[in-house]
Amino acid sequence: MVRFVLNGKDMQIDAPPDRRVVDLLREDLGLTGTKEGCGAGECGACTVLVDGETRLSCLMLAVQLEGRQVTTIEGLQRETGAGLHPVQEAFVEYGAVQCGFCTPGMALSAVRIIRRNPDPTRAEIREGLSGNLCRCTGYVKIVEAVEAAAWKMSNKPPEKPAKDAAP
Amino acid sequence: MKNVFLPHSLADLWRHWENEPAAAVYAGGTDLFVKMRSGAINPPSLICLERIEELKGAEEKGDFIRIGSCATHAHLLENSLVRKHLPVLVQAIKVLGSPAVRNMGTIGGNLCAASPAGDTLPPLYALDAEVELRRQDDSRRLAVKDFLVGPGQTLIGQGEILAAVWARKADGYNLHHYEKVGQRKALAISVVSLASLVRLSSAGVVENVRLAWGSVGPTIVMCPEAEKALIGKRLTLETLRKAAVYARQAVSPISDLRADAGYRRTLAGNLLLRLLACS
Ligand SMILES: Cc1cc2nc3c(=O)[nH]c(=O)nc-3n(C[C@H](O)[C@H](O)[C@H](O)COP(=O)(O)OP(=O)(O)OC[C@H]3O[C@@H](n4cnc5c(N)ncnc54)[C@H](O)[C@@H]3O)c2cc1C
Ligand code: FES
Ligand code: FES
Repeated sequence: MVRFVLNGKDMQIDAPPDRRVVDLLREDLGLTGTKEGCGAGECGACTVLVDGETRLSCLMLAVQLEGRQVTTIEGLQRETGAGLHPVQEAFVEYGAVQCGFCTPGMALSAVRIIRRNPDPTRAEIREGLSGNLCRCTGYVKIVEAVEAAAWKMSNKPPEKPAKDAAP
Repeated sequence: MKNVFLPHSLADLWRHWENEPAAAVYAGGTDLFVKMRSGAINPPSLICLERIEELKGAEEKGDFIRIGSCATHAHLLENSLVRKHLPVLVQAIKVLGSPAVRNMGTIGGNLCAASPAGDTLPPLYALDAEVELRRQDDSRRLAVKDFLVGPGQTLIGQGEILAAVWARKADGYNLHHYEKVGQRKALAISVVSLASLVRLSSAGVVENVRLAWGSVGPTIVMCPEAEKALIGKRLTLETLRKAAVYARQAVSPISDLRADAGYRRTLAGNLLLRLLACS
């Protein structure tokens, strides 16, 4: 029996201890927002937040969730109340999503970046996203979206001054 | 289905391991699960060390910083003792994997995986680090350079864990530098890496120096001849070039899918020249 909190809900699950967390989420719990790309730590598509830190659910076993707080992309909006999380909104607004396969992992990594550093530079955003691969967008729009989300979340004026927006 | 045990203390661990001696231990799993997935290993059961408090954190012990084997890379990047006394290790961890890999992976796992490309290894060699190995009823200390015997091979025994790493404070050095050449910036296994510690006198003369290369041999390579060639000299291009000749002789790189041996050998010497830019 594994006990943990998933997206704000107490869970008690009778999963085999060696079940990978990505399988537990997708197959057993039907939360298919978490993706599996490589299964080997290389792509970041399976990123989830465990006690607020990014972890790769393809390299983690069910038993390791014991007592932890887990946030998947499905639970992200809960963190800010109703509607999309500002990071999700920014991804939509900036066109940072193409096929969408990398998006859940990207968004969760972005949340962690902004939480640790409310005003990240572009270089810091790139570093923070460096474990998340995207084969579609070329990253530029993703970085812009994270920058915009950080700006919005810091409750600053609606428009980011141009000097900071330069690449 | 494999049994996976999550002990919360060393006492818990020993009790369980006694009954299941074939179980493999792991910390972050970022190395073990990749190997299990590829079929390279298939242990009958597993023990995860991540909850054992005794194996975490870092503390000051005289001339050493003692780092718990299960301290994650992310934790060490933020630890004030490590930042203050072991800057070359911090530089290496900064370029290890990705943020999520650093949140999960540990220094103990990096050592036990014993990859010649392991990023914490050259700094630990340069720092004259030691490992503290423990089993139920005894513990022993070994120099890191003796602990690592080949690619993927260490002197860890059956029923033994790596409990801590003892790294000598680098306070006597004023130049700390780690550089890794990979195929890209993030998530790149090193093609060649070099950890350097240099003590320069106020006149700019090298008084002491430690150099350790990664990915250019079965384990980390040190080169006393190159170090000797630098002592008593200023770090000029000419002296560094001379030392680089020794370095290229000392390494024994292989060709693999990331780079060929000749390129690695050239690079091993060239990385030394970078010290010019740091001094
Ligand atoms: C995508 C990706 C990128 C990576 N990039 C890098 C990189 O750039 N540089 C780099 O150096 N490494 C890299 N790695 C490898 C790996 O992340 C690191 O080596 C990490 O430090 C391993 O730590 P871990 O705790 O996850 O090890 P684990 O997988 O938990 O363990 C590794 C091995 O050590 C043993 N072990 C672990 N802890 C102990 C202990 N305390 N006592 C006894 N045995 C133990 C295990 O049995 C296993 O055989 C990467 C891995 C991935 C998946
Ligand atoms: S699926 Fe986990 S990192 Fe690629
Ligand atoms: S949008 Fe397709 S992988 Fe990123």
